Amino acid sequence: MDWTALRLSLELSGLTALLLLPLGMLIARELAWRPLRGRAWFEALVALPLVLPPTVLGYYLLSAFGGASWLGHAYQLLFDRPLAFSFQGLLLASILFNLPFAVQPMQRAFESIPREVREAAWVSGLSHWRAFWRIELPLAWPGIVSSMVLTVAHTVGEFGVVLMMGGNIPGETRTISIAIYDRVQAFDEHAAATMSALLLVFSLVAIAVVYVISDRNKRA
Amino acid sequence: MSEGLFARLEQRSPIPLEAELRCDAGELAALVGPSGSGKSTVLRCIAGLYRPRAGEVRCGGSMWFDGAIDLPPQQRRCGFVFQSYALFPHLSALKNVMLAAGHLPSQQREARGRELLDLVNLCGLEGRRPAQLSGGQQQRVALARALARDPQVLLLDEPFAAVDRVTRRKLQRELALMRERVRIPIVLVTHDLDEARMLADSITILHHGRTLQRGAPAEVMARPGSAEVARLLDLGNLFEAKILEHLPERNRTTLEWGGLVLEAMHAPAFAVGERASWVIAPEYVILHRRDRPSRGERENPIEGVVRVCAVLGETTSVVIEVCDQPGGALAMNIATHHARRNRLAPGEKVTVSLLAEGIHLMPWGGAPR
Repeated sequence: MDWTALRLSLELSGLTALLLLPLGMLIARELAWRPLRGRAWFEALVALPLVLPPTVLGYYLLSAFGGASWLGHAYQLLFDRPLAFSFQGLLLASILFNLPFAVQPMQRAFESIPREVREAAWVSGLSHWRAFWRIELPLAWPGIVSSMVLTVAHTVGEFGVVLMMGGNIPGETRTISIAIYDRVQAFDEHAAATMSALLLVFSLVAIAVVYVISDRNKRA
Repeated sequence: MSEGLFARLEQRSPIPLEAELRCDAGELAALVGPSGSGKSTVLRCIAGLYRPRAGEVRCGGSMWFDGAIDLPPQQRRCGFVFQSYALFPHLSALKNVMLAAGHLPSQQREARGRELLDLVNLCGLEGRRPAQLSGGQQQRVALARALARDPQVLLLDEPFAAVDRVTRRKLQRELALMRERVRIPIVLVTHDLDEARMLADSITILHHGRTLQRGAPAEVMARPGSAEVARLLDLGNLFEAKILEHLPERNRTTLEWGGLVLEAMHAPAFAVGERASWVIAPEYVILHRRDRPSRGERENPIEGVVRVCAVLGETTSVVIEVCDQPGGALAMNIATHHARRNRLAPGEKVTVSLLAEGIHLMPWGGAPR
């Protein structure tokens, strides 16, 4: 059992969820309510990681984060270390490939709040900020929790993108799913089986939580 | 500036608007029009939920919108009852109302909420969520919430559309009583003319975003400003005629209608030879009794044949063909016992009088439909 990898995975997924909570909510609200030109393209862009092969996404991210790119170059200059094959690079990649998992459930949740309910809040004298806290958030929370659970579970399980652009550096980019692959390659059946079972249970619990929430929400 | 509400809204697109609405404090103004006529948009403009290109909205002595000024909904003290009520589903009835009383110190909000729920007869249901309330109860919560801001105007968007008939009657009665206690302008959007007639002090007719006429309900019904208004009001007996001559000495104007000559009250606004539309309310169509003379028998007596005689409970709806012009059929409602006594039946010949004072002339507005 690779505890370092497990800790890294949990850190990565926790941070990804934390950062995606405000960012995803912002994007989700815009997509849900604002009349946007080219909305379909924007939504497609957000959903792209769902259908793009992880290797393709990983390849582009690697090119974008590498020392030859302006982003990688700037990062190197600022922090004196490369962005690719680092935890920070992995976190950035994780935010990108988790966008659909974070945004879509929240978008559906915000969309399900009738326009008139928000308008009723405004004509009742609630500022946009108070309407958000008192009306929108309590009504959208099941979707928000779902999106966070999915983001965490998906980050823990992501393999292709991580391998492509993080490599397999212990304590830096070796997540638990990479560790399982690594153990299988090394014929360490026992460790691979333990970690796989752990991920299996974790994923099952995560997805069950999402269904329990949506079930309760339907009944309420 | 008066304490009442005044709104003038103008824009070409995307929703054409050319509307003017006024409602004094304590007055209930009904905004009437078919669906899609822009009634809700007018309300939304007043509440600040929709910004028209140009116009003016002022209320309670302050300017809410005039092109340069555009107060957000939070700063316009509007009580708004949405057609769907738009209650906050996760909050109890009391919390729904309290949330709209944000202008009060927090320790007073609960008392105010309870007081308002009491006003709308919801005592004992404060803790229920909207889903646990009936349609009529939800409507009452919405009304209490709208009043919680101590609004300067109350806007009701088809508030009775989603409840059953019995509840509707009850809620309408309650609104009529509540008006006595809340002396602010109230705008009621409805497509139900009977509702408007029953509750409103004034009716404003809206069509394609344009206000066509404003007046007391009885006045608008009896004297529509145009054939278009008459059609929107679903007034039967809308016809067209040609002005024959003016007889000021007799206070009469004569018209030619489908080969018949009718006398109307003197209407010098119309030129001789001009085409005009005219309506007559059913109460001014007098059926001649067979046994003895009737009131106004000598005014515009017309012979006709009964085409339809439908008994609708205590009243009977009768359609009499009086001339062979298109649309040359008069509709009238008479008491069923009266119809029986006169042995009215399809095919029977009858004589009716059209009382001159009931003939209302309007500028010609297209062929009768």
